[in-house]
Amino acid sequence: MDIQALAKDIPAEGEYSLEGIDFITSGKQYLTFLLGDEQYAVDILCVEEIRSWEQPTVIPNAPKYVKGVINMRGIIVPIIDLRLKFKVCDAIYNEFTVVIVLTVELDEHTRTIGFVVDAVSDVLNAEDNEIKKSPYFGGCVPQAYIDGLINVGTKVVTLLNVETLQLIEKHKVD
Amino acid sequence: MSVDLSQFVPSFLEESFEGLELMESSLLNLDAGDNETIHSIFRAAHSIKGGAGTFGFNNVTEFTHLVETLLDEIRDGRREITPKDTELLLVAVDCMRLLIEAARDDADYDENKVSETTRLLELTLEMKTPSSDSEMVDIETDTKKPAGKIWHITFIPEHHLVQTGNDPLLLFNALADLGELTLKAKTDLIPPIAEMDATELYISWELSLISEASEADIREVFEWVEDECTLEIVSTELSPEPVEPNASSDIAPTSDSELSISPIASAIEKPANAVQAAEKSDKNKTKSKQDVGSIRVGVDKVDSLINLMGELVITQSMLSELGNDFEISKLEKLKSGLDQLLQNTKELQESVMKIRMLPISFAFNRFPRLVHDLSIKTGKEMNLVIRGEQTELDKTVMEQIGDPLVHLVRNAVDHGIESSDIRVANGKPKSGTITLDAYHQGGNIIIEISDDGGGINREAVLSKAIEKGLVDSNATLSDSQVFDLLFEPGFSTAKEISDISGRGVGMDVVKRNIQSLGGRIQVESEPGKGSKFKVNLPLTLAILDGQLVRVGTEVYIIPLITIVESLQAKAEFINKVSGDMTLYRLREDNVPVIPIYQLFDLPADTKDVNNALLVVVEADGQKVGLMVDDLLAQQQVVIKSLKDNYQQVEGISGATILGDGSVAMIIDVPGMIEMAIERAQEKQNEHTLDGALV
Repeated sequence: MDIQALAKDIPAEGEYSLEGIDFITSGKQYLTFLLGDEQYAVDILCVEEIRSWEQPTVIPNAPKYVKGVINMRGIIVPIIDLRLKFKVCDAIYNEFTVVIVLTVELDEHTRTIGFVVDAVSDVLNAEDNEIKKSPYFGGCVPQAYIDGLINVGTKVVTLLNVETLQLIEKHKVD
Repeated sequence: MSVDLSQFVPSFLEESFEGLELMESSLLNLDAGDNETIHSIFRAAHSIKGGAGTFGFNNVTEFTHLVETLLDEIRDGRREITPKDTELLLVAVDCMRLLIEAARDDADYDENKVSETTRLLELTLEMKTPSSDSEMVDIETDTKKPAGKIWHITFIPEHHLVQTGNDPLLLFNALADLGELTLKAKTDLIPPIAEMDATELYISWELSLISEASEADIREVFEWVEDECTLEIVSTELSPEPVEPNASSDIAPTSDSELSISPIASAIEKPANAVQAAEKSDKNKTKSKQDVGSIRVGVDKVDSLINLMGELVITQSMLSELGNDFEISKLEKLKSGLDQLLQNTKELQESVMKIRMLPISFAFNRFPRLVHDLSIKTGKEMNLVIRGEQTELDKTVMEQIGDPLVHLVRNAVDHGIESSDIRVANGKPKSGTITLDAYHQGGNIIIEISDDGGGINREAVLSKAIEKGLVDSNATLSDSQVFDLLFEPGFSTAKEISDISGRGVGMDVVKRNIQSLGGRIQVESEPGKGSKFKVNLPLTLAILDGQLVRVGTEVYIIPLITIVESLQAKAEFINKVSGDMTLYRLREDNVPVIPIYQLFDLPADTKDVNNALLVVVEADGQKVGLMVDDLLAQQQVVIKSLKDNYQQVEGISGATILGDGSVAMIIDVPGMIEMAIERAQEKQNEHTLDGALV
């Protein structure tokens, strides 16, 4: 169902608004985004914010896909270009380039990292049973990052594991 | 009615540790006949005992009771305090600390130590008691003996006794008027705290009264409560020949002779344990401090914060008023308002920083005890002089500087101060002096640990270094270069390994710890006159004075403390050595040039050393010239961690946010030098590999 159409039917405020939200949050929600023309998704609860691209401060001798660090309200947040990391498409930086900032609690310590993607597309509702195992037939994205696949219409969305994405050690090995 | 007592436990613990510290320092400064000090020690012990009793830390209560009894005897002048007693009390303070820490962490403690100390305390107390008993009885036999009988009274009140307005205390006071009264409360009927009704009385008493009063007189006292209690009154005649005191005085000599040996022996033995225990407890203490992470702040500091807050609010309301209907004519007013805001924020920042500052006496106050114990252990006589203990230092720095300081003081005692006869032979006062001094110097704090001992043997250090292959045998080194060798790993000139300084950690660890705090350590020494270790620390870890520099498009921050000077490289002073190593002649030094852009793989404006800007920095005694494109402002920066969300980066110690909101990296100078050396080595390896292939 199109989220835009839904949004129009839900009262923005007032006593009925809560019911509306109840209605759309059946199942888990995922934020989908584009790398080139492929669709990916992450758990929406991990999304801290969505920012436009700004030139980060370079980290000396960092891998190519680590673009640098930015200041997010006093927190130093590293920026990783998922397109370069997964080698799925060229990295172009313009005013439409988007940074999705994800926060995850790891071992009682919160980590926040921003990921550069081409565009944010939609919010996707999916029940657990709709998430299918990803077949292993090669591909650029290492299996450790993939939680599964979700079919949307004729397209398929790759669901990424947010925790693995946050592990810098993982980034180092690749 | 039930109160959750556990919420008060942390403050009890905090107060107890403070009390213990007070006891310890007072004991160390105790002069004979100083009643005021004895009183304060007694009070500290007493309140610890009381608190421990309230919170059910029974072993603390029992142990402290013994300490208190001993102190009480001293306080009342019934006992002359001897050095032996002081030593025992110090060990007892250690035990109390152990017990309280065990109670806090719900952990085990060194039971041997506690039971041994308990035994010693009991022996010391008994040693005195028989004689005092006999004295007392002697007096009694003289004056009070004809006074009649000993009355044994068992008084078991009913639980609701106090509800009828009767107070046992009043009864006992009345009894005490009749003669000499001793009380013993029986507490075995007290139910668990949860089931307890605070309005009921669960205690019963065994009383003994030495009095000429008749049974009727005693019964009269209990007249009002007769129906509400079980009362038994039995009398025994006071025997004219006091049997008990005699018996005990028969035992006394034997136990006395036995005692007189064991306490001394253990007093000598003890300090060794005491040092370890002190160490252990020190560690625990820092641990607990980190766990709790609380800070005690003077009210004046909080007051000034509140004042500043008030001013800030006024400025804010003024500015928002101005903003409501702003016209260009009010621009001046806006400007002055903004100036005021700037002033307020600055002051607020300073005040907030001040809250983290603690006087260095927090780190220094463990040293009197340490030197006292070490003095006994080594048999060297020494005094400790502490100066500048009010100098303030950031809490985090303070916590981390403690251990290195302990090591330096130990080192001064062990290697610095000579034994008394050598000192006398060299015409120096018999007892050595160790001085701890702290003072501010240009945004840094300097801590000096100096001794008036024999100084560092330059030749011994040098020959050891040559033996270890650290220095070339025909190298000429300056004094400071030689003394710096002391900080090399595994370097020790001590002929024998003593357990005072040795301990497997060397001065290299001290140096590393100090460096990790962004500080430096220097040694000065004069043969025969003593040596001085000078520790230079930043005031706080959170803020650093930085020099902003530009390399290509990036701005980096070089900690001001590491910068020796900045200069424009002149072509004639640039030397290329062995192909690709660039050296810059800075007066007599040849300073290697490190181009930051190469190390960090950045595009840069200037790639040629000629006329480049060099920032000469020093770390680990190594000077290097960092090549930069431009020198920008100097400013204080707030250090932010890169590790939190990313990882440690070689050559970078952290990041900060500049005024325009952008992020700038802070250069880790020692790390950068290391990096440059590694690069050079890699290059050399490649060369040799190439050579081998050819």
